[in-house]
Amino acid sequence: MGLSKLNSLYREVILDHADHPRHKHDLQTSTNTITLKNPTCGDVINLSIKLDDQDQIADIGFSGDGCTISQSSASMMTDAVMGKDKETALRMAKTFSDMVMGTEHPQADLDELGDAAILSSIMSFPARIKCATLAWWALQRALLEEDAPTDEEEA
Amino acid sequence: MVAKNLDVRQDFPILDQKVNDEQLVYLDNAATAQRPTAVTDSLVHFYQTDNANVHRGVHTLAERATEDYENARRKVQKFINAAEPEEVIFTKGTTDGLNLVASTYGEANIQAGDEIVISIMEHHSNLIPWQQLAIKKHATLKYIGLTADGELDMADAAAKITDKTKIVAIAHASNVMGVINPLAELAKLAHQHGAIIVGDGAQAAPHVPVDVQALDVDFYAFSGHKMMGPTGIGALYGKRALLEAMPPYQYGGEMIDFVHQQDSTWAQLPYKFEAGTQNIAGAVGLGTAVDYLTSVGMTNVEAHEQAIVDYLLPKLVADPDLEVYGPHDPAKHTGVIAFNVKGIHPHDIATALDMEGVAVRAGHHCAQPLMTYLGLVATARASFYLYNTQQDADRLLVALAETKEFFNHGAVKA
Repeated sequence: MGLSKLNSLYREVILDHADHPRHKHDLQTSTNTITLKNPTCGDVINLSIKLDDQDQIADIGFSGDGCTISQSSASMMTDAVMGKDKETALRMAKTFSDMVMGTEHPQADLDELGDAAILSSIMSFPARIKCATLAWWALQRALLEEDAPTDEEEA
Repeated sequence: MVAKNLDVRQDFPILDQKVNDEQLVYLDNAATAQRPTAVTDSLVHFYQTDNANVHRGVHTLAERATEDYENARRKVQKFINAAEPEEVIFTKGTTDGLNLVASTYGEANIQAGDEIVISIMEHHSNLIPWQQLAIKKHATLKYIGLTADGELDMADAAAKITDKTKIVAIAHASNVMGVINPLAELAKLAHQHGAIIVGDGAQAAPHVPVDVQALDVDFYAFSGHKMMGPTGIGALYGKRALLEAMPPYQYGGEMIDFVHQQDSTWAQLPYKFEAGTQNIAGAVGLGTAVDYLTSVGMTNVEAHEQAIVDYLLPKLVADPDLEVYGPHDPAKHTGVIAFNVKGIHPHDIATALDMEGVAVRAGHHCAQPLMTYLGLVATARASFYLYNTQQDADRLLVALAETKEFFNHGAVKA
């Protein structure tokens, strides 16, 4: 029975984030914004972030259109990085990309991702990895591009 | 109507496999078709028996390879009923053929203020070459729109094609809307205004009989891989007079007549447009695919797909949760069926169907202006070919029902 396998991808928490996305709105004022597209499918994410004086994510919001996985991932990402400082958020983005590509990570790193860690199941659906990573790429790009001159992050 | 099967499945070993523990149902034929054993065998035979470079050796293998290659050209010529083999140029595929026309004929004939007319349902490969040519030449690119049921709006075509029009480029069959466009009628319209017409045959040549002389198209491009030939091979038909007047596409070996230090003269047709060593084995494989299609009979291929559409389309259209694009009248719809399921993103549909062994495409189908025109981001698409059966259509229907159940109720019983 083929569809029962879907349960491992479309877990309840993933469907819940997709049906009731957190932070799905554009910010009135923001310090970092980006629009990213997945050209293979046409999915779009607009991400806006408000960093405070301490480089902490004071607010974050997204809009756009996409599949269950991309919408759910964006919702979980915004939940996970809200309140985190920029450096931590970038580390989490790296952890997430590594995780979905199957690279081992200490449990503490995965715990830091919150609900988003559940998307490790995407590994069994290689065609959908891009759907899951789009939001995290957007986060990375938004945080790195605004202050490229003082960029001190690893590539 | 019950779709009578063509009894060809044993020729396609790839179809006899399980995907995600389910028997594979391959419904992504508009992206690429599967190859019959005859085609893969012909590639192996060519490489193991006749392989050599063509047209430039005096030895026996070179002669055999040349004969195989030119035989393939004659097969393609007959397949589309071109007047002579020199009017058939081997290309990498439809994209390559359309780019060839845009960058040779287009480059030589389009001037500032001229108009190029395409349709809003074009694939990017029959859109971007004209768009970029128009930008470069300060010409205007105009789009023919669609009727309410998703057919090409011929009244709009009559309005858009004017005496300023120099090139009309239209898909013979749409890779999204599932319609066959009236290419002969459009050719007449283009010619009345002194324009030439380019047919994009990528979705038509594999599925319906094509007669380029009856259509009276000036150019016609198609791909081998969508008609069960190898990837990386296709053909461009062009009327001799036009091809002869056109500058070459690429320069190099094989396409020259004589090379001096400061200038060169070009080879005769079709070699003027076949610079460098061509995809010889690919051409041979395409020739075999043509033989295969001819032995089945293109009218039988067309009738078989039509019978599946007659069976399936009304069931899809009747489902209130489904939105089916293009005409809802099966008689006007090809075996390319784009659809959406309310509340479920096409990517999620495609993943769910894949878990049921049913391979469909999801996305914008390389037709972003069409998606925007229809107010869509993406669709799912099931596309049928001669080896698909009514049972395949049933599998799609069952898998769709289960997909809806899954997403509407969170999970299915294991």
